[in-house]
Amino acid sequence: MGDLSTLIFYILALSWLFFSFFEDRKRTEQALRRAWKSFISILPPFLVVLFILALSIALLPEKTIATFLGEGSGFLGYLTASVVGAITLVPGFVAFPMAKVLLNQGAGIAQMAVFISTLMMVGVVTFPLEVRYFGVKATTWRNFLAYCYSFLVGYTVWFFVRMVK
Amino acid sequence: MKGSTFRSYLGFFVLLGICLVVLGFSPPLGKKVFATAFRNILFMLSVVPPIFILVGLFDAWVPREKVVERLGETSGMLGMGIALALGAFAAGPLYAAFPVAEVLLRKGVSLRNVWIFLGAWSTMKIPMLLFEMQNLGGAFALSRYLMSFVGVLSIAFFLDRFLKEEEKEAIRCPFLGE
Repeated sequence: MGDLSTLIFYILALSWLFFSFFEDRKRTEQALRRAWKSFISILPPFLVVLFILALSIALLPEKTIATFLGEGSGFLGYLTASVVGAITLVPGFVAFPMAKVLLNQGAGIAQMAVFISTLMMVGVVTFPLEVRYFGVKATTWRNFLAYCYSFLVGYTVWFFVRMVK
Repeated sequence: MKGSTFRSYLGFFVLLGICLVVLGFSPPLGKKVFATAFRNILFMLSVVPPIFILVGLFDAWVPREKVVERLGETSGMLGMGIALALGAFAAGPLYAAFPVAEVLLRKGVSLRNVWIFLGAWSTMKIPMLLFEMQNLGGAFALSRYLMSFVGVLSIAFFLDRFLKEEEKEAIRCPFLGE
């Protein structure tokens, strides 16, 4: 799923690079230099994010997360799900199957929806990266709003799924 | 230059220290941390090169006026649509979106549209939606997608309103001087 889009990106980037090179060598060089520069400048926070991610995966394996959410019922489970989603950084292709398994094990629809929503919209781990670009105030507010909003998402999704059934 | 390079890597060194402490206390756990980190880094290196190349090419070839016209402060609904589409058709984890956001800011895209783009990238990617439908069903995935759409737009609008003009300038400023 993700591989295909990455492949498309590679094809796009390389073909544009190819044409760019024939069109204007100097400009292409400039483009590549810019690409390298933005890579190097973002590398430190990148590494920080990747290491925090590794720590959280090692110290909070999927089983642990599942215990938190599977047994969580009612509002406390809802709250737990939102906090776990906000602080962990589980990629989507892991999170969706995981949510499916948890649902089969009796976790609530609302809990899963709030978990996935905070997982995607709230980034405690990517915070240092975001701050670099948008400053502390904007980043704090964006994450805080996304966190609060996720509760609404959880409730609405629960409502819809129940209605369809 | 040297000092600033060291400073920017400070957070990384601190984390490396923490990981080494973990390794000292519990070798199997520490090994797992380093193995995972190494895997993450390899994955990142396999995913991000085309994104950076595209960012560089975009920077070199697309004139600023064009971008401002389509995605700047006065771009209205069309600009928001483009920003949403840019994020929704993207690929890769959210951390790969930040370099793109950087070039957008430098080209004069409005902050509101940059937030819409980031929001769409984080939670409205089309491939993700299809995968979510497969796993959790249409009602779940589509209602969540619709809510994401409303949320992303509302949050971007609110931030745009809420931040003072000078605060927004302070965010844009570092990207304009190059």
